[in-house]
Amino acid sequence: MKLRNGIYLLFLTFFILACKKDFVQLFEGFQKPSNFPEPVYKFQHNIITKPGFELGRKLFFDPILSLDNTISCASCHIPTSAFTQHGHNVSHGINDLLGTRNSPPIMNLAWSNSFMWDGGIADLDLQPIAPITNHVEMGESMTNVLTKLKNNSTYKPLFKAAFGSEEVSNINVLKALSQFMLMCVSADSKYDSVMRNQKSFSIEEKAGYVLFQNKCNSCHKEPLFTDNSFRNNGIQPSNIDDIGRELITLLPTDKYKFKVPSLRNLEYTAPYMHDGRFLNLDAVLDHYNKQVIPTSNLDPLLLSNGFTGVSLTADEKRNLLSFLNTLNDRKFITNPLIAEQ
Amino acid sequence: MNQLLTISSLVEFIIHAVNWPICIYLPIIHKSGLLILLFIFQIMKKLLFIAIAMSSMFYSCKKDLVAQYNANIKAPLSIEFDNTMGGTDLQLSTATYTNANNELFKVTMLKYFVSNIILTKIDGTIYTVPQDSSYFLVDESKPATLSPIINVPEGEYTQIDFILGVDSLRNTKDLSQRTGALDPTGEAAGMYWSWNSGYIFFKMEGTSVVSPQINNVFQYHIGLFGGYSAPTLNNLKKVSINLSVRGIAKVKTGSTPNVHLLVNAMKMFNGNSNISIASNSVVMASAFSAKIADNYTNMFQHDHTEN
Repeated sequence: MKLRNGIYLLFLTFFILACKKDFVQLFEGFQKPSNFPEPVYKFQHNIITKPGFELGRKLFFDPILSLDNTISCASCHIPTSAFTQHGHNVSHGINDLLGTRNSPPIMNLAWSNSFMWDGGIADLDLQPIAPITNHVEMGESMTNVLTKLKNNSTYKPLFKAAFGSEEVSNINVLKALSQFMLMCVSADSKYDSVMRNQKSFSIEEKAGYVLFQNKCNSCHKEPLFTDNSFRNNGIQPSNIDDIGRELITLLPTDKYKFKVPSLRNLEYTAPYMHDGRFLNLDAVLDHYNKQVIPTSNLDPLLLSNGFTGVSLTADEKRNLLSFLNTLNDRKFITNPLIAEQ
Repeated sequence: MNQLLTISSLVEFIIHAVNWPICIYLPIIHKSGLLILLFIFQIMKKLLFIAIAMSSMFYSCKKDLVAQYNANIKAPLSIEFDNTMGGTDLQLSTATYTNANNELFKVTMLKYFVSNIILTKIDGTIYTVPQDSSYFLVDESKPATLSPIINVPEGEYTQIDFILGVDSLRNTKDLSQRTGALDPTGEAAGMYWSWNSGYIFFKMEGTSVVSPQINNVFQYHIGLFGGYSAPTLNNLKKVSINLSVRGIAKVKTGSTPNVHLLVNAMKMFNGNSNISIASNSVVMASAFSAKIADNYTNMFQHDHTEN
């Protein structure tokens, strides 16, 4: 009897071990969620491979990319905060320097056709150069990054595995970072399960969803919850008077416009707005309900029906918050594949 | 040359042949008349020699022209960007210059992109340098960058056209098409706006006591190619250089002719608008940049060609 139990136990252990091994080696590459549109990233220029993704992940979490080796990409893009800098209104760089804008989440970037709050960058592969070389973020030069990586013996085999050559090149550094960021796909919220007919909304969530579709969906378009456009949502310009999109296009008609952020993972990405001025979602809804200021280029959608902003009763707010909660994707922020190894 | 020598000796032979009968007649001619005749013959001999030699020379030149250039073979051509300030050679950091607004200044950096080079032959045919070999970053502090060399079909060229900056299409290309002078993480590191994904076409920095900035610096970083998705300012400039007045470029295997351009950086300050360092000490991505770009388009002047 004991022997039989022992054999069972042995089999079970083997089974678990085999499972674990499978889990570690499992890499499905980039998968488009069934309820998502086609991605816009040009994958033909940068085919995602397991070693490429893993190299990108190592780079993403490595402070070697900053001038004094203290700040990594993950410093301002923390996985458990849906890749934002939790608790910081604006990003915090080397030497305690502060930027002027709130770290946006790194998620579903394959569907984004522009990057940064002002959309100044059009290609994900070129995006990392901005924070690496920005004096108040990582403050480093790409040439130095390259030298440091070349002198670091752990990277050579990783580059060889990812790109077939031990040569550490800037193009491959950037491509690897893109591969990691593209794999940060958040599509496992309750909302997604409902859309895939696996779960259903509660009464409150359902009422909030109907409200959302009436009052929010034109800018925060499903299923990505952004239409990737630039709009002025009527927040009071701050003391630094950040003009937003106008910095890029030089068009006065773009003054105070910022990229519409996704509403996914709101629970983990506070504070809100381009400068992180609102600490919680109540403050955000209060803004739309009562505090919208008709500054230059205020979005016309916030001026409909003779009301400035979005009118919301207390019940409507509660229902809306219930719905917004269904956009949180706990699997995404706890996914070991995209966490620091 | 061998051909020319052969023809010359032939001419000598003809003259000698012509001379023979004269010598035969010589004894029967009067002494004084003889001297005159000799004199006339001497002149005629020289004239004949010159005439035949010259025509043979022209003939050989013409023949050379036809055979000399093979448009199927490419040969190097150098374009020298000799940066100056007014009538003097540009000296970084040391010399002091004065612009039209009577502002004294020093220049610490001068860089610009030259791209998309097109050449026109004497017969009007046009050669476009393949785009991937047609991006050059001219940097006054790096002598090796001042005379880019391109490979073009053999022939005689009367005009060079190029874009001052990096064309809008290349500004939108993926990483694999941003190598060499265009590598935003390497050679082009200082000539690329990471926050506004675009190349800086022209960069001049320096100091002037009239600048209100820290350490009296002035900075002109001019770019903007027209925008990715939304249209914005386009500061791309086409420059056309006529070589026919001061020396066409004769491109032939075995030599590297050099088109020597004088690039008068003072024209960035003085032109349609006289730029004041006191009023506009830092100009980057702003509407004012268009005025500077309009000015610096006129910097380029052909001085001579070394064939």
